Amino acid sequence: MSLQSVLVANRGEIALRVVRACRELGIRAVAVYSDADAEAAHVRMADDAAHLGKSAASKSYLNADAVLEAARSAGVDAVHPGYGFLSERPAFAAAVEEAGLVFVGPPSSVISTMGDKAAARTVARRAEVPVVPGSDEVASVDDAVAAAEEVGYPVLVKASAGGGGRGIRPAATADELRDVVVEAQREAASAFGSDAVYVERALQGPKHVEVQVLADTHGNVVHCFERECSLQRRRQKILEEAPAPGLSPAIRESLCDAAVRLSREVGYVGAGTVEFLVEGDEFFFIEMNTRIQVEHPITEWVTGLDLVAEQLRIAGGAELSVGQDDIVCRGASIEFRVNAEDPDQDFLPSPGEVTGLELPGGPGVRVDTALMAGDVVPPFYDSLVAKLSVWAPTRAEALARGRRALAEYRVDGLPTTIGLHRRLLDERAVVDGTYDITTLETWLAQR
Amino acid sequence: MGSHKITSRTPGVFYHRPSPDADPYVTTGASVAEGDTVGLVEVMKTFHEVKADAAGTVSAFLVENEDEVTIGQDLVELET
Repeated sequence: MSLQSVLVANRGEIALRVVRACRELGIRAVAVYSDADAEAAHVRMADDAAHLGKSAASKSYLNADAVLEAARSAGVDAVHPGYGFLSERPAFAAAVEEAGLVFVGPPSSVISTMGDKAAARTVARRAEVPVVPGSDEVASVDDAVAAAEEVGYPVLVKASAGGGGRGIRPAATADELRDVVVEAQREAASAFGSDAVYVERALQGPKHVEVQVLADTHGNVVHCFERECSLQRRRQKILEEAPAPGLSPAIRESLCDAAVRLSREVGYVGAGTVEFLVEGDEFFFIEMNTRIQVEHPITEWVTGLDLVAEQLRIAGGAELSVGQDDIVCRGASIEFRVNAEDPDQDFLPSPGEVTGLELPGGPGVRVDTALMAGDVVPPFYDSLVAKLSVWAPTRAEALARGRRALAEYRVDGLPTTIGLHRRLLDERAVVDGTYDITTLETWLAQR
Repeated sequence: MGSHKITSRTPGVFYHRPSPDADPYVTTGASVAEGDTVGLVEVMKTFHEVKADAAGTVSAFLVENEDEVTIGQDLVELET
């Protein structure tokens, strides 16, 4: 039973991406929108649209009841959550399932398992996928010191209930650790309502490499190779590329195999991303994103797959359109995230009116955006306004194509990260592909 | 006695409290010193504290909790 109509429960470029895939597959696409987005491109290009509420995300795109009501009254048979907003909330996926609709993604129980740090680590261990060496929750300072002896210094003390980089403290020695554990417990209690902490080995300069997977409801699981996403600021990716430069064939194969094993172990369905840290010849599972990823276009460039169309086919009950042996990684692709932020003012968000816009084009260039000249970038949502991605037969040519496309790209009326990308492509570590997860922040601090 | 209005430096969503379950930063009738935090504006998923740019007594909130604000909009009125 293939899908007839889909509610696209998102906004901006990813909503437009899903609408486009629906149209190509002959599926009716119903958009949703807030007050601020009444005239937005994702609404105009959909077959139909439903109003959710006021502009604030909590009153519109994050309002699960309003989204479900829109799905019911539009009479769709599936809901595509995009990324962000409700996409990784197990309760929302469960409510979609209970309403008798198809959630375009994995079962709610899988979202729940992979969204829980401890449960996800357990799944990884069961699938024999390495995780960053760490302890269980430590009850006392002495327990923490004993645990640190086992995993090896330097260590990080992390709050069990923490997230987004909060509640993490480093310690290089047992003496430091004794002070840090007490502070971490106190901080965790006040910030997260639980003083549970654990100890984990601190990696020194790992690379963030992630593997795209696809799984259908018939038990087929494939990987679509990896993406290198180490250029991050405050854990937000800014530039991604595929394949990962400098990754040995042996590690690439091990990573991709591990991602497939883990996906099988948890009973994954749909498109997903398994994230790893790679240091030297070791790699460690960190988390799984149970949704389509912002940076999926670079995987589409190098494999020729349409990942969103695959999501929709899988949700309709079809088998994967490709087997593992059909998926080949060809050439090199780079994505540049264009955010409405001012890199010269500590990345201050810069909502406002786009008074002029010239998009790059030509061979090997793709722009995913819902932003048109004359549009106003609202202050209520994520700052990502466009993704420029390029492809070329070799990495050196992809870098040259990226420089050329970035030079063509003009946004008037508000500051963006386009200029930052132009400068990054002149940096030795970026040109060489030797950068790690510390490179961008170090570079920004020195500038 | 004069009156002074604290304005928003960015567009976004105005909050009276640091988190949904917390107490408000200030309530009507409270006295504030210059530099005290009186609210929070969320812009593109980042949070910016609104500081009193004068000392005085809070006489009115001009924007409801979780309401949308524009740049330069009056948020809180003080009696100075």
